[in-house]
Amino acid sequence: MYYVTGLSHVFLAMTLSPLLLGIINRVKARFAGRRGQPLCQLYYDLFKLLRKGAVYSRTTTWVFRIGPMGTLAAVVMALLFVPLTGFGACVSFSGDLLLMAYLLGVGRFLTVLAAMDTGSAFEGLGASREVFFSALTEPSLILALAALCKLTGQLSLEGMYGTLAMAGTAPMVLPLVSAVMMIVLLAENARMPVDDPNTHLELTMIHEVMVLDHSGPDLAMIQYGAAIKLWIFSALLVGVLIPIRTGMVVVDGLIGLVGIGVIAVVVGIMESTMARLRLLHVPQLLSIGLVLSLVSLILVMR
Amino acid sequence: MLIWMMILMPVMAGLLSWVIRGFVARSILLVVTASVHAGLVGWVWTQPLTPEAHAWLGIDALSLLFLSVTSGLFLVVAVYSVGYLRREAVHRVERDFEEGVLFSNAPEARFVGCLLLFLASMTLVLVSRHLGLLWMAVEATTLASAPLIGFHRHHRSLEATWKYLLICSVGIALALLGNFFFAVAASHSEQTVHLTLSTLLSHAPALNTTWLKAGFLLCLVGYGTKMGLVPMHTWLPDAHSEAPSAVSALLSGALLNCAFMGILRSHSVMVAAHLGRFSGDLLVGFGLLSIGVAAALMIVQTDYKRMLAYSSVEHMGILALGVGLGGVAGYGAMLHTVNHSVTKALLFLCAGNILAAYQTKEIQGTSALIKRLPVTAVFWLIGILAITGSPPFGLFLSELTILKGAVQTGHWISAGLYLLGLGMVFVVMMRAVLAMVFGPAPSETIMQTEPPDSVWPLLALVAVVLGLGLMVPAGLDRVLHAAATCGGML
Amino acid sequence: MATWMDVTAVLVILLNLRLLCTSRLGTCIQTVAQQAVLLGLIAFLQHGSDLGVELILIVLSSVAIKAGLLPWLLFRSLRQCNTSREVVPFVGFSLSGLIGLAMLAVCFSMADRLALSELPCQTLLIATGLFTIVTGLFLIVSRKKAITQVLGYLVMENGIWAFGIAFALQEPLLVEMGVLLDVLVGVFVMGITINHINREFDHIDTDQLSVLRD
Repeated sequence: MYYVTGLSHVFLAMTLSPLLLGIINRVKARFAGRRGQPLCQLYYDLFKLLRKGAVYSRTTTWVFRIGPMGTLAAVVMALLFVPLTGFGACVSFSGDLLLMAYLLGVGRFLTVLAAMDTGSAFEGLGASREVFFSALTEPSLILALAALCKLTGQLSLEGMYGTLAMAGTAPMVLPLVSAVMMIVLLAENARMPVDDPNTHLELTMIHEVMVLDHSGPDLAMIQYGAAIKLWIFSALLVGVLIPIRTGMVVVDGLIGLVGIGVIAVVVGIMESTMARLRLLHVPQLLSIGLVLSLVSLILVMR
Repeated sequence: MLIWMMILMPVMAGLLSWVIRGFVARSILLVVTASVHAGLVGWVWTQPLTPEAHAWLGIDALSLLFLSVTSGLFLVVAVYSVGYLRREAVHRVERDFEEGVLFSNAPEARFVGCLLLFLASMTLVLVSRHLGLLWMAVEATTLASAPLIGFHRHHRSLEATWKYLLICSVGIALALLGNFFFAVAASHSEQTVHLTLSTLLSHAPALNTTWLKAGFLLCLVGYGTKMGLVPMHTWLPDAHSEAPSAVSALLSGALLNCAFMGILRSHSVMVAAHLGRFSGDLLVGFGLLSIGVAAALMIVQTDYKRMLAYSSVEHMGILALGVGLGGVAGYGAMLHTVNHSVTKALLFLCAGNILAAYQTKEIQGTSALIKRLPVTAVFWLIGILAITGSPPFGLFLSELTILKGAVQTGHWISAGLYLLGLGMVFVVMMRAVLAMVFGPAPSETIMQTEPPDSVWPLLALVAVVLGLGLMVPAGLDRVLHAAATCGGML
Repeated sequence: MATWMDVTAVLVILLNLRLLCTSRLGTCIQTVAQQAVLLGLIAFLQHGSDLGVELILIVLSSVAIKAGLLPWLLFRSLRQCNTSREVVPFVGFSLSGLIGLAMLAVCFSMADRLALSELPCQTLLIATGLFTIVTGLFLIVSRKKAITQVLGYLVMENGIWAFGIAFALQEPLLVEMGVLLDVLVGVFVMGITINHINREFDHIDTDQLSVLRD
């Protein structure tokens, strides 16, 4: 029974995650007064890319070729540990939150390696920025999850999110952890105000510029991996924002899915209303996240 | 009733002086208020000292002692200020002698007004018997005296005013926290204990020890900032040297005593709660530290007003030492407050005369005082001899009493360090003063002669300094003993 | 009631952290005002149903002065000084934030020892009070402009007030009013002095006020 729900969560994630990006783009278009792309646009893009052939630069090596595949594999493996309300995680053991966080880190590492393998200045620029920002978001995420651990007394993601509803009272910890998760979501998925996914100026890109040289199925794998990553962070955020459990799997599952959709809409709204921060101010935003996660940890530990 | 008059009269006079135009009217108001205040204090001497229980205002022996000093000093300073302001009013815009920058003084209505408000707030500190009211009055003294320090609006005095305001306000805020700690200690016992002195003293043994100790430490640090104990003294040399000399006399002579009152009240509560050893040891520690650091820093001073300011720090250390040791040394400390205030005021007023004549604050720059300003030079010499503890002046007696107390209770190390500090200060100050009074004449000729009204108010101070060295009158002796008991030292 | 007080106390802690990390003077002044409002709210919530007239008067006047009058005075002083609206720090902002977090952890551990274990949320309130006092002291020491030092003093006063609230200390009306009056006049006098300093020096950077030294 348990594995069934976990597997169905993985299945839903893998099929529905491109929809999230469609929702975000649609919301942005509505704010701009346009009708916008169809919701399933990313599916069409992925199919189109899969049918094309990849072009590889002569300066790249095998690292460049395995980058996208490795990233997608790492992200999908991380997905196995993430619970969604009612569904539960597919695989769960004590301490799996660290594994999940660092699988995402491995994925990022492979993307960065592939970017640096091209030998181009722009990719290196994006790679260095990406790594710098992730150095600030990683401790925030780990500390926020640690605060949840201390609150619930569980060491696995499944256990934490499952028992969050009956956790002990610690004031304001959940709102603080949600704020941290939101900041980490925006930073890791290269959303505003950390990064502009629509910019066409390489000098201002962070994430987009790393994947500038990929084409064909490689690009499809990277975009799909990004969509799944967005799903993972949204699922983590939904679990903290809505810690209730009605006990019925279907109802909880529906609540979770709707929650993820709402988060996508919120991200779309934030993208439309906020401007991208100056590059010098992004570390300040990320340190705010770090400070908030430390405050939540102190509040839990007293 | 009397107490209300003592407080409200200077307040109203101060507010009035902001409104009155005309220098003469304001001077008359200032001197008359000072005289009436001194008269009221003198009348209290003839009354029995029985403050009511649970009253927020009352005069006990300690209050009377400090009040008399404050009132007397204020009268002398008021008379001196009249002449001082008249001389200052000659120039609308002056040139700063150190930096050569033009500056103007604050309006003198503000000076006189703040001076009177300063008197009122100091009186309130000395007569209040509720710790919260005491706190409020100490903060009020800070706020009333800050514009006085910044009277000459040039760079250095503004810097000194800012440091004074900020450091003292922060320190006094810590004393407020200490008051809260006392209140928490008081809330532990069954009956409701207010922060009035009589209630605290009667319920003292029942109060929570840890909170009392922490509260006393905070009060010591807080009021010690205002008093000038090391390491919270950093504002004192700047403020006391940059203020006009009449104000410095009041600051050193009267205000430091008011801050000391706060510490004494807390100490008496601690003694009543049988924690006298703890608070006494803390006081001895801070006292010795102040004496040592002040003596060390005095060696490098080139500015005579700053030297006097460091001497104030040292004497505050001696006071803390005396109170901390208790017993005979406590009586000596009470005598020392009177002696030190009078002598320091004398010294600062002489320094004011020297500054006005020589236009420099450097020790090197002033010499041959005996030729240019003969009366001031004699008073200056007397004052320095007195402040370093030479007989036959009063400070010799009080410092000797404190030393006797230290030796009698077996505090040999404290006595040794105390003597060492006193010796260092003696050497440094005498070296500076002898050069100033007897050295060769400076190269430029100074035009000004010694104005008489800057000199004759100092006669009274000299008389007291000399008189107290020869004999302590019986009435004063009685009050000193009673004051020492109130302060928890006997 | 207890949870609302907890939430407000945590908000006060977050406001302190904001004070440590922000570089805008206007934000600093508004944060101090917001802190005063939140502390007044805690003072109300703590007594629940038995609100005396004295308490209402004290809290309302505290909030009116600390959140209304004093920020107005400070903004006016800022405008007269014509200075840039930036906080000039000795210790950088991120480092200030991390130091603030370290101090927060220390305050929580101290509050555990100080709590009298009568009220359930007292530990949090004591920690909030202590942290606010320490933040005020840190602001005074680590910022250069004179106005930020006045703000640090105000934050310290807020912290001491919070500490008093944590222990439900009921000082007599006269003393509370006296404390408020002192703070008000204090900030007033400090504002006037800053004005004089600005006129004489053309800046309000206390780091450059260093002529007087030994």
